[in-house]
Amino acid sequence: MSGWSVEIDARTCIGTGMCVGAAPKYFQRKSSKSVPVHDHVEPDEDLLDAAFACPAEAIRVRDEATGDVLVPEA
Amino acid sequence: MTNAVSDVDLLSWDFAQDPHSRYARMRNDGVVRKHVVKTLATALNAWVVTDYEQARELLADPRLSKETEKLLDAMDANKVNAGDTITRTPPSMLFSDPPDHTRLRRLLGNAFTMRRVEKLRPWIEELTDDLLGKIPDGEEVDLVHTLALALPIFVIGKLLGVPQDRHEDFRTWNGALASLDTSAEEKQVAHKAAFDYLRQLIEDKRAAPDDDMISALIEAQVDGGKLSEPELLSTIYLMMNAGYETTAHMISSGVLALLENPDQQALLRKDSTLLPGAIEEFLRFESPLNMSTIRYTASPVEVGGVTIPANEIVFISLLSANRDAAKFTDPDTLDVTRPNRGHLSFGYGIHHCVGAPLARMEGEIVFGKLLDRFGRWELTVPARELEWKYSAQFRGLDRLPVRMSAE
Ligand code: HEM
Ligand code: SF4
Repeated sequence: MSGWSVEIDARTCIGTGMCVGAAPKYFQRKSSKSVPVHDHVEPDEDLLDAAFACPAEAIRVRDEATGDVLVPEA
Repeated sequence: MTNAVSDVDLLSWDFAQDPHSRYARMRNDGVVRKHVVKTLATALNAWVVTDYEQARELLADPRLSKETEKLLDAMDANKVNAGDTITRTPPSMLFSDPPDHTRLRRLLGNAFTMRRVEKLRPWIEELTDDLLGKIPDGEEVDLVHTLALALPIFVIGKLLGVPQDRHEDFRTWNGALASLDTSAEEKQVAHKAAFDYLRQLIEDKRAAPDDDMISALIEAQVDGGKLSEPELLSTIYLMMNAGYETTAHMISSGVLALLENPDQQALLRKDSTLLPGAIEEFLRFESPLNMSTIRYTASPVEVGGVTIPANEIVFISLLSANRDAAKFTDPDTLDVTRPNRGHLSFGYGIHHCVGAPLARMEGEIVFGKLLDRFGRWELTVPARELEWKYSAQFRGLDRLPVRMSAE
């Protein structure tokens, strides 16, 4: 299995909309928080950039093949 | 067709004194219109967005660009007086688009961590005690100058690593730069003094790194790249400006809100766990930035049935969006227990305020201590005599004369 999984922890998301602004393809607004548009996506640098920018570290991106957590960085 | 709405004069003194009733009229029909807006430098023909939903959409819309060079061209094309020259300043993250913005923001993010902010807490508490100690019990003071403007500039100085004996200079320069009352020459002098000083400071920190943000910014790396010298300077300069008046207005507008709503003040005195929510409500109630910073349309954008053509200037009114009844019930009522969040006072999307956690912490500390130390707060002039800053960009009091008493 290839590709990445994307999750947002609704408890830590503070609704800045930074992810929605940076990568509307991958993130959308849901009431005052954000959620991923898709849970599984093809690898894309734009997604990583947006995920890194989250000030609350609420976004988790994982490589499904290896299980490695790409964001947040350890 | 009535012209009542497009007649709202954003440059008038009356508008600065009572923007809310005028914005309410503008929001009524959900149509965006062109107005004249004055920035610190120039009067511009610009679109003004007042609805909450539209504001939030547009703040996150990549077609609304902040790319410095093209933005300056768009400003040139939309200025009211052909003779005005637009000063060009070095680009910062606040005036850039991805990918530059992404890189600059990540480099700052590496240095401006929650951990660094949290480490400042004891120092900010001590500073706040000092400042409150200088407020004489039961005597009239202007809270804007003794507290609201003093706290944030000392905090930014500390965060950046400006030696304490220079904090007053820092405050003088910042005051001159942020004021509409200072002449262009005075601004230039302050500008040069601040930049010269910051350049020297960067050099000093390079030679002897310390545990502060300037040292951290010098070291910060993303994908092996560091900040260039001009980027370092513009980032530090941005930090120095972005968190000054905004935080000050949060404090003074919040104090006024509690003076005018004694029931809400009583609630806070009874239950200090309401404090974080109260800070959010103060921010919603009087957004320190009336309008977002400037943006232009890189391509045409449709907003509620109106198409804004390419290369036009757009301002998004955060102050108005926060009072939109479509989003907030009883928007003109201060309610420190209000459950729904989502005010736009820190912006939305990729430029969402970097300093929000710091500003929130300053707010919690200062309001917690004000309530603890002073059992009785009184306004010493009638509220209608208070003057709001003559600016379409900021929303804040020039002076707030109060009497604070231990009991
Ligand atoms: C209550 C206090 C504050 C308020 C209301 C506030 C508000 C804002 C808003 C609305 C924006 C976005 C502007 C736009 O999109 O047009 C912003 C951006 C920014 N703020 Fe704040 N701010 C506050 C305090 C601070 C503090 C204390 C700092 C730092 C020490 C700071 C640093 C910044 C920076 C660097 C940006 C640019 C971010 C970017 O372009 O990605 N702010 N602020
Ligand atoms: S950037 Fe992070 S905190 Fe902000 S909306 Fe997205 S997930 Fe939530």
